[in-house]
Amino acid sequence: MIQLILSLLALSGIGALLALLLEIADSFIANYGESHILINNEKDVVVEGGSPLIFSLMENQIFIPSACGGKGTCSMCKLKVLEGGGPVLPTETPYLNKEELRDHVRLSCQVKVRNDLKIEIPEELFLVKEFQVKVAKIDLLTPNIKVLHLKILAPNEGISFKAGQYLQLEVPKYALTQGPEYRAYSVASSADEAHDLELVITRVPDGAITTYIHDYLKVGEELRVNGPYGDFYLRESDRDILLIATGSGLAPIKSMLHQLEKEQPRRKATLFFGARTRKDLFYYERLREFEKSIPGFRFVPTLSRPTDDDQWDGEKGRVTDLIEKHIPENANIQVYICGGPTMVESCEAILRQKGIPAEHIFYDKFE
Amino acid sequence: MINVDIGTLFFAAIFTNNILLTNFLGLCPFLSISRELRSSLGLGTAVVFVMTCTAAINYLVYHYLLEPLNLVHFRYIVFIIVIAAFVQLVEISVERFFPALYFVLGIFLPLITVNCAILGASLFMIIRKYTLLQSIVYGAGSGIGWMLAIAAVGAIREKLQKTARLPKGLEGPAITLLITGLMALAFMAFSGMIQIQ
Repeated sequence: MIQLILSLLALSGIGALLALLLEIADSFIANYGESHILINNEKDVVVEGGSPLIFSLMENQIFIPSACGGKGTCSMCKLKVLEGGGPVLPTETPYLNKEELRDHVRLSCQVKVRNDLKIEIPEELFLVKEFQVKVAKIDLLTPNIKVLHLKILAPNEGISFKAGQYLQLEVPKYALTQGPEYRAYSVASSADEAHDLELVITRVPDGAITTYIHDYLKVGEELRVNGPYGDFYLRESDRDILLIATGSGLAPIKSMLHQLEKEQPRRKATLFFGARTRKDLFYYERLREFEKSIPGFRFVPTLSRPTDDDQWDGEKGRVTDLIEKHIPENANIQVYICGGPTMVESCEAILRQKGIPAEHIFYDKFE
Repeated sequence: MINVDIGTLFFAAIFTNNILLTNFLGLCPFLSISRELRSSLGLGTAVVFVMTCTAAINYLVYHYLLEPLNLVHFRYIVFIIVIAAFVQLVEISVERFFPALYFVLGIFLPLITVNCAILGASLFMIIRKYTLLQSIVYGAGSGIGWMLAIAAVGAIREKLQKTARLPKGLEGPAITLLITGLMALAFMAFSGMIQIQ
């Protein structure tokens, strides 16, 4: 009996002693203390060390774009870390080329704040704000695509953005995630609306975030978004406009069409929208309406796999086939492409072959 | 009590009774970390530190706690707990002071906990009845021997990658095991040279 108690005490004693040792070590060694981050040589923020730079900045209302939520896969969070960043990590090197490495460009989601830092970020990012929104309506556009109608609750003046830009939506922690996660979604609604936003979300199989949005999110729920981000927006020019989209890539394009509807420019616009079957053509009626309200606008949908039920007599094939068929050599156009990376790259390749100069091709690749 | 002087024990632990090439303990990180010399040395240093400290602590715990209280049947649990705590300490420190190394080693840093060479050193110390000083020296020597072995294989692999044209099937684990086997074969020549048990 004594022996049993003794052995329990001895083992617990050893365990307790080691636990104490580790606690002390953790609070001294793993405690990074406070660090100063000097931004663009003018702004100084003080943060708690130990987190990745992107999150430390976010806590101070400075939002760095990220499509992957800080996981190190989208490489959108690049910024210059001039001092204090430590060695470049193996998780960053695949995304940084030689010039970037020379210029001290780093992935802010991989750089951990351990000491004082000196960084440089583009001025536009200071315009990025955080907004409190409420889900006003959720509509199912296709079996896999939903549109969220969001109302901005705060700040009062609402949001100001350019048609084609995107926002980062914060999805709160739930059953399938470890903590809050961020994903980028383009705004489909008109840039004139300062308080109402439309975000088009495609369900990703086994995707933690889109599963939340499709299966758990309820009307009335409050979320946070920050933005606007991105340089995908209409540029001034005399050239006609060619818009190309597949899937949820239509979202920023629709926002651009709202802009054209308002501006009524002299430039003629055409939209190539690629989908598989008739039921994947969401916003179909609204796009036909744009044909009436925007002079010179033509909506050309194409189906790559129309079923017999669809009774489709429109264009068949992919958007790349449409380009091949309808766009002449050296056409006087400015092109805006939005969709999956392979689609964007194939379209760009064909357009370059047709002599469209690279500086007139703009795209937003949805990874 | 085994009658061997400290210097000889240290030398033997590193070379003639190399814990990896003679006793074949601690082979798991070999196949993945030994690809690059720098990461091999990084992991090796961590192993030296853990092995020396845990050999010393386990000696003290065994002789001043377990034996007097008749708790020697707990030795495996206690040794493992001590080793695990140490490896945790090392991981926290490496993450703080050498972040690049931390990322390169990845999961193999915490896996030092179950590296059989570490537990092996503590168990040998008990079986061979070493004194405290002998245990420390044996632990340090074994660690250094392990590091030398993994560094040697790392260097050979790096060189092979640049100069040799290996058949596709032999690349990676296959050639590593062959190299290790050949090195072990060479080290067999040392057997019996120095008695440390």
